Amino acid sequence: MARNFLVMLGLLAGCYGFNFVLAEFIEVVYVDYINLCGLAIILAVGLNVINGLAGQFSLGHAGFMSVGAFAGAYASIMLTYGVIESGPLSFASMGSFLLCLALSGLSAAAVGALVGAPTLRLKGDYLAIATLGFAEITRIVLTAQDAIGGPTGLKRIPKMPLLPGAEKWDGGTSTFWIYAFVCLVILLSLNLQRSTFGRALICVRENELAAETMGVRAARMKVMAFVYGAFFAGIAGCLYAHYQHSVRPDDFTTVRSIEVVVMLVLGGLGSLTGAVVGAVIVTLMPQFLRPLEEFLNLSGLSMVVYAALLLLMMLFRPQGIFGQRELSLKLLRRLVPGAGRESGP
Amino acid sequence: MSALLQAEQLTMRFGGLTAVKEFSCAIESGELFGLIGPNGAGKTTVFNLLTGVYRPSSGTVTFAQSDITGQPPPVIAARGMSRTFQNIRLFDELSALENVMAGAHLRGHINLFDALLRTGRNAREEKRQRDWAYKLLAFMGLEERAGLAAKHLPYGDRRKLEIARALATEPKLICLDEPAAGMNPSEKQGLAQLIRRIRDQLHVTVLLIEHDMQLVMGLCERIQVLDHGETIACGKPREIQSDARVIEAYLGVADA
Ligand SMILES: Nc1ncnc2c1ncn2[C@@H]1O[C@H](COP(=O)(O)OP(=O)(O)O)[C@@H](O)[C@H]1O
Ligand SMILES: [Mg+2]
Repeated sequence: MARNFLVMLGLLAGCYGFNFVLAEFIEVVYVDYINLCGLAIILAVGLNVINGLAGQFSLGHAGFMSVGAFAGAYASIMLTYGVIESGPLSFASMGSFLLCLALSGLSAAAVGALVGAPTLRLKGDYLAIATLGFAEITRIVLTAQDAIGGPTGLKRIPKMPLLPGAEKWDGGTSTFWIYAFVCLVILLSLNLQRSTFGRALICVRENELAAETMGVRAARMKVMAFVYGAFFAGIAGCLYAHYQHSVRPDDFTTVRSIEVVVMLVLGGLGSLTGAVVGAVIVTLMPQFLRPLEEFLNLSGLSMVVYAALLLLMMLFRPQGIFGQRELSLKLLRRLVPGAGRESGP
Repeated sequence: MSALLQAEQLTMRFGGLTAVKEFSCAIESGELFGLIGPNGAGKTTVFNLLTGVYRPSSGTVTFAQSDITGQPPPVIAARGMSRTFQNIRLFDELSALENVMAGAHLRGHINLFDALLRTGRNAREEKRQRDWAYKLLAFMGLEERAGLAAKHLPYGDRRKLEIARALATEPKLICLDEPAAGMNPSEKQGLAQLIRRIRDQLHVTVLLIEHDMQLVMGLCERIQVLDHGETIACGKPREIQSDARVIEAYLGVADA
């Protein structure tokens, strides 16, 4: 635990340095891509626990994200300005921001438990449809709430808090905050995956009846997976709202839920490494295809390439880029023949 | 002293079909008890009733002095009853070691936060599970296979791995559903010795379903015979071998 704590401190320092480098040397457009990648990674790594480890096909991640986004954004506006009115943007204070993040994570996790519990009896496609329905209902309910701006949503959401020495950074401190949570979710998920609970989740996926007869409470494990994934989706939502400074219910349509599932399937369902790589690819691909599209004057090209890529993937590597493997020294050793052989037993 | 496992008048109906009818038995602690009968007699269904996979249409199950009728499988596992499956159900993507460690999960005492934060308690639990799993793999003669994914194990080893996993839950009673199915004679011999050692060295009571008559007769101290869901005989191997109804049931199958 102490070691984990030190690792996390080191990673936070790394995030600070990363943000500094981006603010000083990299164009704002590319910084934006990097930040969007970070948000996608948080979503995908969280969903991987539900869809990858526990093997429950959830298509409702945007729903959890929206709950966190609106809870966090509303609380942040109230804590920073006291009213919902337009005016100049301010920075959130460190305390209120952390409080809002906790609130968004916990509210999304509570919804995760509420959705997880009744849908436990559903499997496969039925679960997918039920979770998709949940996300859509959440969006419609949010749209109907005047207190949080109805269809136009919340605006003037404060900027993420300043850090010491970061006063002159152009793009602000978003990268630090986003990547701090990228590091946190990866670290915690790695720990989870390698623990007795991670194995229990995989047992539920592999053979639910055998898991139950071996004493694994499948229902409890599934709810746990939903709570965990939803918690980080809520965090991602809160970060997203603060990053964009505005948030609408329509930011969280079914398309976004599907996008996160595509990230997992592309990277390899059940692989944390795959989730990270899939998140980066799915986020960046449209950004890089768009200039090509404009250059060739073929609008819609990016969608065609995107679809073709997924089709090819399903045909030739249905288990995703990484399968269920993780990027590790062992895998590197296998990919690079001869390397590290002397260290083997 | 009352029996470790006591089933009374268990009946299981699937629609119009009565798979098990008024099944009763009493298994003493430390016994090696056999359950035999032709295909479709209802043996696996009895296991499913005992381990909570099915809820009986009527009847009761008492295990270690408490009524477990209709309890879900994890509760029954926690009480100390474990099992294997006739159609092997391993966690295919996990390694042999991890399969057995998954069985040890039941007796762990850590919470999710220990795991997420990698506390000392988590490290101790991992070590406990790993050591216990290695011990059981060695017991079953599978220590060489520890790192192999379960799906890549040869058939006989898969059957043994399921037994190791069931033992990892630290059961009082283990129910083995045709553990020798598909094994060759020498493998069967080895398995018979292992089953005896499970009872003698690990002090786990054994309830065994097995088709190989020689194996059952040589191993079990008492045998109960099912046919068409009904108990037609119960007693010592020698009594069973000379029981007219048993011979008829088995010959009847041979005729069919
Ligand atoms: N889930 C079920 N639904 C319907 N019928 C079943 C079910 N499970 C078992 N049966 C029927 O119950 C009878 C006994 O099956 P089973 O217990 O598997 O026999 P055995 O293990 O002795 O070969 C068979 O006729 C089988 O078809
Ligand atoms: Mg059977």
